[in-house]
Formats: sequence, C-alpha cells, structure tokens
Amino acid sequence: MFAFFIRRLVTLVPTLLFVSMLIFGLQHLLPGDPAQMMAGEDQDPAVIAHLREKLHLDRSLPVQYGYWMAGVLRGDLGESVRTQLPVLDLILQKLPVTVELAMLSMLIALVISIPAGVISAVRPGSLWDHGATVFALSGLSMPNFWLGIMMILLFSVQLGWLPASGYVSPFEDLGANLASMIMPAFVLGTGISAVLMRHTRSSMLQVLSADYVRTARAKGLSEPVVVLKHALRNALTPVITLGALELGTLLSGAVLTEQVFTIPGFGKLIIDAVFNRDYAVVQGVVLVTATAYTLLNLMADMAYFVFNPRLRH
Amino acid sequence: MGSLAAASSAFAHSPQAGPWRRAARKLWRNKVAVAGLCTVVFFVLLALFAPWIAPYDPLAASWSAIRKAPSSAHWFGTDELGRDVLSRVIWGTRASLLAGVVSVAISLVLGVFIGMIAGFVGGVVDGLISRITDAFLACPFLILAIALAAFLGPSLTNAMIAIGVSAAPIFVRLTRAQVINVKVEDYIEAARAVGCSPLRIAVSHLLPNITAPVIVQSTLAIAAAVIAEASLSFLGLGQQPPAPSWGSMLNTAKNFMDNAPWMAIWPGLAIFLLVLAFNLLGDGLRDALDPRHR
Repeated sequence: MFAFFIRRLVTLVPTLLFVSMLIFGLQHLLPGDPAQMMAGEDQDPAVIAHLREKLHLDRSLPVQYGYWMAGVLRGDLGESVRTQLPVLDLILQKLPVTVELAMLSMLIALVISIPAGVISAVRPGSLWDHGATVFALSGLSMPNFWLGIMMILLFSVQLGWLPASGYVSPFEDLGANLASMIMPAFVLGTGISAVLMRHTRSSMLQVLSADYVRTARAKGLSEPVVVLKHALRNALTPVITLGALELGTLLSGAVLTEQVFTIPGFGKLIIDAVFNRDYAVVQGVVLVTATAYTLLNLMADMAYFVFNPRLRH
Repeated sequence: MGSLAAASSAFAHSPQAGPWRRAARKLWRNKVAVAGLCTVVFFVLLALFAPWIAPYDPLAASWSAIRKAPSSAHWFGTDELGRDVLSRVIWGTRASLLAGVVSVAISLVLGVFIGMIAGFVGGVVDGLISRITDAFLACPFLILAIALAAFLGPSLTNAMIAIGVSAAPIFVRLTRAQVINVKVEDYIEAARAVGCSPLRIAVSHLLPNITAPVIVQSTLAIAAAVIAEASLSFLGLGQQPPAPSWGSMLNTAKNFMDNAPWMAIWPGLAIFLLVLAFNLLGDGLRDALDPRHR
C-alpha cells in the first residue's frame, strides 16, 4: 500500500513539471512583448518596466522559467496587475465559494445518480431504465449554462421562488446561502449525475450477475437486502472513485455556472482576469486547478486501492 | 424507392460483406443512431443552405421590431436589436459545426500523428510524449481551452485552435494505445520482414487498423467541441458579435430574461439537439465498430 502510494506519487512529479512548463509557456503565446500585453491598456511605462524586471524577460527562456518556478514553489504565483494583490491570496479568497458549489453539486449528483442507476440495473429494459438512459444522454448533451438560464427563467422570473443571481455567505445567513446555491448546484450536478448514473447502472449489472449475489438469493435473503447490502456496496467502489475524477469536470463547469448565476468564485475569477488581461491570475488559476485535479486523481487511485481488496493482494 | 429498398436489402444480406459494410449494416439497424445521423445531416444542410433558408438577414437590425415575441413574421421572435432570432439560429449553425469539425480535425491531425510516433517508436520518446500528454490531461479541458483562448485572443479561429489543442491529448492517448496493440500483430512483422520502411508500415498498415476507434472518438469529440465552442462564445472568447453564434446569442439573452425569454430558448435548444445527435451517432458507431459489441 505504502509502496504503491510512493510509486504513484513519484509519477506525479514529471507530470506536474510539464504542467508548470505548459502554464509558463502560455504567456509566450501573447502576440508581441508579454510585459506590454500584461500591463493592460494603460501601457504605464513604470508597470511595463516592473513586469519586465519581475518576469526576467531580458533573460533566456529557461532562466525565466527557473525564476518563475522558484516563485511558484515558495507559493508566489505573481501579482494581479489590476488589484496589485498576490494571486495566491485572490485564489484562496474565492476558493471556498467554488468548493461549496462543487460539494453541493456532487451531493445532488450522488442523490440522483445512485438510486436511478440501481433501479435501472434491477429492472433492465423497463420503462424506468429507458427513462434513465434518456435522462443520462440529455444530461450529457445539455450545455449547463443553458440549463442554468432555463432554471432562472422558471424559478426566478416566472415563479419568483429563488434568487436569479448573487451569493450570500453561509456564515451570514445559511438559508439565503442555500437559496442562492441550490440552482447552480443542481445545474452542475445534473451533468455529473448523468455520467455517474451510467456507471452505477453498468457496475450494478455486473455485480448482480456475480456468484455471491446468486448465493445470497439462494439463502433466501430478501431482494432489498441482496441489492442494497450485497450488490450495491461492491458496485459503488468504482462509482465513488469516478466521482472524485468528475471533480475536474465540476471545476470546468463552475466557470460557466458562476458566470450565469454571478457567483463570486474561482470560475468568475478566471473569466474576470481574462477580460482584464490579468494574465498572472489566469496562469495561477490554471496551475492551482491542474495541481488540485492531479492530486484528486491520486486520491481516487488510492481510494480504489483501499476499497478494492483484490488489488491489495 | 423500390430499387433503393432492393439495393439496401442486397447490401444488408451480402454474404461477403467486409468489416466496414458489416458495421454500416449494424449502424443502419440502430434506429436511435440513425435518428442522430439524420439530425446531424439536417443541421449540415441548414448550415450549407443558410442564405436560402433563413427568412431574414441575420445582421439586419430593425428598430421597429426590438424584442418582439414569436409571431408569424418572426417564428422565433426578435432580439434586442430587432434581428430575427430564427435567422440567427440558422446562421449560427455554421459557427457551431465549423468549430466542431475544424477543432476535431486539429485534434485528429495532432493527436494521431503524435500518438503514432509515441506508440511506434516507444522508449524515451514514448515516455516523454506520455508525460506531456498527462500534463495536458491534468488541466480540465474547458479551463485549458479558456486559458489558451485568453492568451491567443478572442475570436472563432482562436477558439477552434484552443479547443483543438486542448482535446488533442485524448487522441494521442487513444492512438498510442491502439498502435501498441496493433504493432505486435503478425502482419506488421511480415511487412517489416519484406523490407517496408517505418513510414510505409505506419501509413499503410497501422493507420487503417486503428481507424475505427478514432472515428468513434472523433464523433463524440465533435459533440464536446460544439459545447466547448458555445461555452467559449458564451463567455465572450469565441465568435464575436455581431456574427451569429449560439453561445454568444445566449450570452446576450441572459440579460433580457425578464422581457424576452425566447432569445434564450432557441439557441440553447439548437446546441442541445446537435450535441445529442452527435452523441447518439457516436454511441451507435461505437456499437457498430467495436468488435466486443458484435
């Protein structure tokens, strides 16, 4: 177990190294002088000179990368040219909002996908099964920002039940927080639930045809006990690990959802940075997202290893 | 009609049908996949014949028809500048399909070429390419596409490049895995033994044998690319106004939800139908082309 963890951790190092090179390379896609482009529309000579010095643009590319990487390892992701605040501080400020959105979305996705997948697998070919398949395909094909707009139209504009936009901290008013987060979380969760439902269904179908399930039935156990206690517990292992991988999709989806519902999270930070030409923030957000996603992948692998005794032997 | 049915029947029951014919027959029998194919063809025809089908000029503003609800004159209503929404949805098909096809073509060319090198050459080259691919895959697809589009500048062309480059690693991985499986087959060994050059082996023997999974992945990737283009345009990083695009139409529509909800309904429905069609077709192709499904 420990050896597996170390081996897996070692393979992460070159991946993260290439990730950092990729993100560092982004600033060289800018047409012309990166310092001038990063300085924004003002073209303040003092800002340009400061950026040129800070980014070591007069040095060779490998040296520039070395300086940038040394900063990253110290937790210095640069400075926002708009707010003059450290990029890491900005990210840490916005991260809790997106984490709350991601957690609520995952909860909704699990609540929808697991029962739907189980019922589909228990009654394959039934009306419910066909309905769940249609739901899954629709969930995969529907742009989540459009679903968000449609939900605002229905629940905010037509019915007036929920706020169309804005964010209230849970520490200020939990009820208002949930009211502002329920629609975005549902929008994000639907796409994920489509993927998880498909996997729950196929995993359950596989487990339900296993010998030990037949034995459980032969012992005279009731169907709910066989399905929920014997089959579901084993079928859920790949689904839970897949759920961890889907957190990457949640981060991508959050960019659009936060834009639709005007939620001041991680996604809105990157989009505002893009339009303010605040390239250090864009680089910082991509770097943090990629690192988080890579670590989540590692945790998913570990979870799979822990929950699946066959791998341990 | 009768001769068409006879030809179709002969085609379906030909005893010497090759693998591609068998796959086409299987696809043809899959009603859901055929529905997907018909929908894709419908959108392609809309895009090709947009100038003749669209009832109005998609860019023509009319100050006397601002935000008019759907009517017999404007079936899908009008937008904030009095432009006909139906005409803009029809013309928007071009941007979406173009983005889907061009960005997947970029991914295919890059991904298949690099994946073949990795799988065929192996060793250090494979190790290096695999690590770079892992790095790309470590960045969530849309976030990478947003970052690339941001640094390249907002335009439909740059959005297509950003989507194409972001999706290429999936094709690298797929091609590499297929090549590693195929290159140990006897016929590749035989081609080597008779003195075929590595380039000839790659082009004439490896490529045709890895085509099926690449076609399936391409169809599903077009669906993802259509959503990605709409997402980038929705965020203002794709097709720029006033040119019609479903994503940018939704971006504008979200500001007028109180008094012109129709502006948001139709472009979104168009994205949903086109993506659903590509997903259904992709699923059908996978069933038809994957030997495990036969």
